[in-house]
Amino acid sequence: MSIHRHSFIRRHRPAVPARAPRRRLAAFVLAPMLALAAAGCSAGGSGSPAEADVGADDTTPVTITFWHGLSSTHEVAAVNAVLAKFHQKYPYITVQAVSGQTDDKVNQAIRGGTAPDVASSFNAANVGGWCASGAFQDLSADIAADHVDMSQIPQAVQSYTAFDGKRCTMPWLADTFGLYYNKKLFAAAGITAPPKTMTELTADAEKLTAFNPDGSIKTAGFMPYLGTYQMVTEHLVTSWGGKWLKPDGTSNVASDQAFAAALTWQKNLVDWFGAGKLAKFKAGLGDEMSAQNAFETGNVAMMVDGEWRTAFIKSDKSDVDYGTAPMPVADDKPELYGSGYVGGNVIGIPKGSKHPAAAWKLVKFLTTDTDAVASFADAIGNVPTTIAALDSPELTLAQDPNFATFLEVFKNPATSTTPASPDGGAYLTNFGPFAEKWQNGQVPDLQAGLAEVDKQNDAALKLSQ
Amino acid sequence: MGTLSLATRTARRPPGPDPQTSPAVRAKRRRTRVRILLFLSPWIVGFTVFLAYPLVMTLWLSFTNSDMISSPHFVGLRNYRYMFSDDPQIWQAVRNTGWLMAVMVPAQVLFALGVAMVTARLKAGAGLFRTLFYLPALAPPVAATVAFVCLFNPSSGPVNKILGLLGVHGPLWFDSPVWSKPALTMLTLWGSGTMMVIFLAALLDVPAELYEAAELDGTNPLQRFRYVTLPTISPVVLFATVTAVIAALQYFTQAMVASQTADGSIQAPPGYPGGSTLTFSQQLYTAGFTQFHMGYACALAVVLFIVAMVFTVALLRRASGFNTEEATQ
Repeated sequence: MSIHRHSFIRRHRPAVPARAPRRRLAAFVLAPMLALAAAGCSAGGSGSPAEADVGADDTTPVTITFWHGLSSTHEVAAVNAVLAKFHQKYPYITVQAVSGQTDDKVNQAIRGGTAPDVASSFNAANVGGWCASGAFQDLSADIAADHVDMSQIPQAVQSYTAFDGKRCTMPWLADTFGLYYNKKLFAAAGITAPPKTMTELTADAEKLTAFNPDGSIKTAGFMPYLGTYQMVTEHLVTSWGGKWLKPDGTSNVASDQAFAAALTWQKNLVDWFGAGKLAKFKAGLGDEMSAQNAFETGNVAMMVDGEWRTAFIKSDKSDVDYGTAPMPVADDKPELYGSGYVGGNVIGIPKGSKHPAAAWKLVKFLTTDTDAVASFADAIGNVPTTIAALDSPELTLAQDPNFATFLEVFKNPATSTTPASPDGGAYLTNFGPFAEKWQNGQVPDLQAGLAEVDKQNDAALKLSQ
Repeated sequence: MGTLSLATRTARRPPGPDPQTSPAVRAKRRRTRVRILLFLSPWIVGFTVFLAYPLVMTLWLSFTNSDMISSPHFVGLRNYRYMFSDDPQIWQAVRNTGWLMAVMVPAQVLFALGVAMVTARLKAGAGLFRTLFYLPALAPPVAATVAFVCLFNPSSGPVNKILGLLGVHGPLWFDSPVWSKPALTMLTLWGSGTMMVIFLAALLDVPAELYEAAELDGTNPLQRFRYVTLPTISPVVLFATVTAVIAALQYFTQAMVASQTADGSIQAPPGYPGGSTLTFSQQLYTAGFTQFHMGYACALAVVLFIVAMVFTVALLRRASGFNTEEATQ
């Protein structure tokens, strides 16, 4: 019925006047779309480089916003304490700190033109994307103008906070990784010292492992199953000195024999346990960032973890009797012993910051003021990122021998990190599923599999060009 | 004669503007148009800002290299070429999404229909059971997923403990590449109360005299379902299927939360375990929001939109139970 009615209207509608309203309607619909298109294609804000602090301070009172990802009570209190020191030094700058922010939120705020004046992140893998896209402003001019001595920041740390010649972030404390071991379980198994090579690690892991009568794992000497807490390829492959990317930014996992060697060692230990048993054991482990962490409860005798665990063990009131050591290294690479993986928090000035000069003062203070860096590191149990703060007598953490291990790893020249890439570390995202397949026995030819990963990483990299 | 008169009248008309288009008439028309546009404006603004503009921009961005921060630049079909030939995860995501459409959608429709039929026939406690079956639909998806992962934890969860008491060696559920999608399907079935309510309303709407007539004709319950119930409720079944298919194509929250909760670490690879819960929408999210490839994410969104359209149109065309007379009207 309605078809006929429509036909009738169409036949009798005067042709000429009808078009005008239709055109107008179209214009009415299209005009706001074009306006939106003009406004919305890229992020708002001026995008101009941060104004350099040239000494002649503008002391007009200003309030700046600072987003950070820390959220637990003691961490937020530590941030507020260091910001109070900043306000004491710069009374005309008030900082409004917003805790618990994520990288996704920061990205959306930058895209929407509502970015904070200063933002920090736990994820240095995003630095490449931020620098390449201009999401975070290049700080080189400010650094040069204020004569900031960058040599006080170790080389590995400098490398993960900049990308392609653009220093768009500064390091705000770091995380280093090493081996945690349970002294009580070591003594019971007759082991006197932490392993230094991967062969020793395997032998100790086997000695320390206990099974239930039904064959399931009761205590794991070491969890080789990738994806268990901090046991991921990037933390493992440093023991073989693996380099993820070639100097030109293309993927290196097939060319660098470290990857095949590391994965082979890992798979051998997985097979000793049985992948199915490890998967089930992993599923039953307590939450990593809680007092039920399997190392804290004594269900895992050795594990790779960051320096923050020392603070967690204290705050969780765990009674685990433990020690720390650098990660064991490949048998044929003894020179690497003492080094490890380093990653960390970064801080910078997003595009669209309304007060870049004041924002830079905050970034500079938080990342280079020895007292600010050392006291904040003490408060949240992370590694300070300047040599001066590392050697500062104010750093009480250094007196804890378990924490001192991580400070030594941090200072080691062979300590390395995962390099920044313009796609937020997509090479790691691609490697994850491959490693999962590998440890479950679904990769028949390791070398061919790694070559395929290289191909995938290089194709993904081209998307950013 | 009549024709001549008309010609004469036309010739006699005084020169000047056509009264049809005189300034007064034009002004009146303009006012009318403005009035119409003003009445339409809430819809126009909503349609433009929330539908047309995002659609057009998504299409445009799919042909660019864009990170949504710096200006996009045109790259032609590169994003589409990468999708079909180079993306290492996309086919896994397509297979997983296809599995959800082929298994989860029919299971959900059949389960909701079955529950609705049972609760429609209940003589006592119908209200209680309808409420009980509907209640899970009110649970927030994230909370429900976290709870399911804990219940199905192979080591400490009650499901495997109970199975163990019955002598059954429970699988790894959310930690097994084989069992993760069936576990997600169970989560969906548990939360399909909304679909159940829609079916229930349709079932209660079937005229009782049709059943009486069919019974008089000597039909059995299966025949009554096939020849009375199903034809009457088929538009509702179609609606439920179309919305479930679209929901499966966009399946995101539960898969993402389940994989992260089951893996238990911050660095969970997408689709843990073994890429088995990686859906098309998750791949889109990863590309756009963590890898700065918004142009590529837009290309994925365009393909998803086309696939959803194709499935919807195909389902509408194939639905023999749909009232064809109404469809053409």
